[in-house]
Amino acid sequence: MKALAARRHHRSAPVVLLLLALLLTGAVYAIAAPSSADAASATTSQSDIDAGEKLFQANCATCHGASADGTASGPSLIGVGAAAVDFQVGTGRMPAKMNGAQIQAAPAQFDQEQISQLAAYVASLGAGPSIPTADQVDASKGDAANGGAIFRTNCAMCHNAVGAGGALSQGKYAPSLMETSPEHIYEAMLTGPQSMPVFNDANITPDEKRDVIAYLEQQREGSAGGLTLGSLGPVSEGLWAWVAGLGLLIGAAVWIGAKSS
Amino acid sequence: MSTSTSTSPTTPAGKAADYLDQRTGIGGAVKEFARKIFPDHWSFLLGEIALYSFVVLLISGTFLTMFFVPSMTEVHYEGPWEAMQGVQMSEAFASTLHLSFEVRGGLLMRQIHHWAALIFMASIVTHMMRVFFTGAFRKPREINWVVGFTLMILGLLAGFSGYSLPDDVLSGNGLRIADGVARSIPILGSYISFFLFGGEFPGTALIPRLFTVHILLIPGLILAMIGLHLLFVVLHKHTQYPGSGRSDKNVVGYPLFPVYVAKAGGFFFVVFAVIALLAGTMTINPVWNYGPFDPSIVSAGAQPDWYMLFLEGGLRLMPGQTEVVLGQYTLSLNVLVPAVVVPGLLFTALALWPFIEAFATGDTREHHVLDRPRNAPFRTAFGVALLTAFFILILAGSNDLIATHFHLSINDITWTFRALIFLGPWFAFWITKRICLSLQRKDRELVLHGHETGRIVRFASGEYIEVHKPLDEHERWLRVGHEPRRPIEIEPAEDSRGVRRPGYRKDRLRQRVSRMFYEDRIEPVTPAELAAAQSHGGHDALPAADEHAQLTGSTAGGGTHLVDDEDTTRP
Repeated sequence: MKALAARRHHRSAPVVLLLLALLLTGAVYAIAAPSSADAASATTSQSDIDAGEKLFQANCATCHGASADGTASGPSLIGVGAAAVDFQVGTGRMPAKMNGAQIQAAPAQFDQEQISQLAAYVASLGAGPSIPTADQVDASKGDAANGGAIFRTNCAMCHNAVGAGGALSQGKYAPSLMETSPEHIYEAMLTGPQSMPVFNDANITPDEKRDVIAYLEQQREGSAGGLTLGSLGPVSEGLWAWVAGLGLLIGAAVWIGAKSS
Repeated sequence: MSTSTSTSPTTPAGKAADYLDQRTGIGGAVKEFARKIFPDHWSFLLGEIALYSFVVLLISGTFLTMFFVPSMTEVHYEGPWEAMQGVQMSEAFASTLHLSFEVRGGLLMRQIHHWAALIFMASIVTHMMRVFFTGAFRKPREINWVVGFTLMILGLLAGFSGYSLPDDVLSGNGLRIADGVARSIPILGSYISFFLFGGEFPGTALIPRLFTVHILLIPGLILAMIGLHLLFVVLHKHTQYPGSGRSDKNVVGYPLFPVYVAKAGGFFFVVFAVIALLAGTMTINPVWNYGPFDPSIVSAGAQPDWYMLFLEGGLRLMPGQTEVVLGQYTLSLNVLVPAVVVPGLLFTALALWPFIEAFATGDTREHHVLDRPRNAPFRTAFGVALLTAFFILILAGSNDLIATHFHLSINDITWTFRALIFLGPWFAFWITKRICLSLQRKDRELVLHGHETGRIVRFASGEYIEVHKPLDEHERWLRVGHEPRRPIEIEPAEDSRGVRRPGYRKDRLRQRVSRMFYEDRIEPVTPAELAAAQSHGGHDALPAADEHAQLTGSTAGGGTHLVDDEDTTRP
């Protein structure tokens, strides 16, 4: 302790303390932060409709109405189909947690079985797009090159060239697709949640949707050139050039320029 | 006279050097250069970063030309990159993919080239800041400032032309903007655009043209300008920071050989290493993500490299309603103002600054000792204001990324920056000037009263004082060595017989500019003030009163003489 006490006025003591404090904060956060729960997948069945209706009455009817035909605070769900429910509830956007520019993705509130029950109930209200089959979202069967071309023409203006996300007007945004599951990507194209337009099967065919999924899956393998820097383009590159590049070089210049005495 | 008998070299190296010297006379040049003195300061190495990153650009760029095909001929990609298989693209884009994925070390070279370009521009800007804020552009270096400014503009052009070569979506968007900017110029616009692109945008002529510009024309000009820039440095000798023993007539430092040859030579490898580190670990310009150029595509987050970002920011800030239609003619003020007029004004002010300042000071002497930025408040404040404007424009150019990363509304951000672009530079100017003046006051305070020591002394009478430690002579010189700058005085408008004096109007303008520069000022402590502070300033200055007396040549002791607490000989 004596050695420590003697050095507490050392020039680098504040820096060392700051680093230790940051390290401690980071460690505490890493331990204390809630871990996201994995939603178990389950199969859907027709008999779930009743269970789904109960869930709907308890969790959704306040905004969407007791008979799901909409109120002033939520749209009608008749005819939106199972795909819309699976997307909205599966990505945690529904039930909505707060008002804002747009409803944000969050940890899912229901497990896959409950989501399937809800979806089955909403699908029973009117015909609408259904949840894609495993084959329809199988990235390995898609053509990434064609998917890339479709993505650049239809999606990149909001979601960025590789799906890293982008800004829309008035605080709305196109979210990053880096973590989105293939089913949810497919369903989003099919149902057009929030600001997103609908890309129906006549616009982008189911095969082409699978190509898009294949393209996006490929982007998650990382970049051939090293760290992706968020895939945000020249702005993050410029930031790194200044902070890391010029920072290191000025550090070296100070070292070289220091008097040799 | 024969020298071979007395001093003929014996070693192989000596013989080789002698052989060379007898045929080229290089010995004289080596002798001259080896003895050149350079002052020691890290900020004098910023320009070297630019020079060395340019060398890295030449080396890596030469490699790239071996594989790049500057052609807009359409082909279908057949190569290892799955996500581009069979996609239609120009040969330029295909060869960039080939270069990245099939040529050994090709991707690394591409990334070295691009990172080096970003570092090149960043180091030019920081070097310019150093020169500006220390007043190193003053006589005799005004021309060299203009040469350096030209190098910066050439660097921008080199960057933009090279960035556009791979013919990807992002660079194509940049070219489309350049086309739009050219078209916004009244009357000449459409002719300029057709001239540049060889017809309607994008045409098929542009990539080959840009290639020639990028690998021949601009690097040639940059090399010539660098030669001129360095020649001037040798001719003028290097500037130095103020300090004891340094004047406008000497250079205090180390000789080029061996000290700076080793330092600068080593620094080249440091620069190369840092660029290689960036290029080896971080992706830059992944054109395979952006895809081959197609005029119908714009992806989110479409921005140019950082050094062009201020133009993008200007365009994003300008309200679109400013487009004016006069009869059959459309005047695109929404493009012309932010992309031509405003940058034109900012850059012109920057290029002409040495001449503007010389006009304001009326100073025709040579300056080799640099200013401390605080001692030129107006200049420092102006520089900070200019940087603030550029920085706000850069942020405005990144407004979509700010919106997504900080969960803000892009509309609010844009409106905030629209206000800031007017208020920010003004506020930065005001606050910087105040800080400079305050620092000068602090300098005066230190010179007159010394450093606080935290030692409290109680006198027999019960009075407490804090002992101040006087400055040593080196530090004092640093804080008083500069000369005061005052607004210039001019002759009256009419002479004694009431005749109007020719040149009065110009003088009056000069006086106005000069007042703007130097009206608010804090003058350095004069020897008389220092002597007065020592003799009448009371007890603060007393512990070292004798030292003061020696330095200033005046005698201390006019005032009350109180006891120093460490003076134990006194009763």
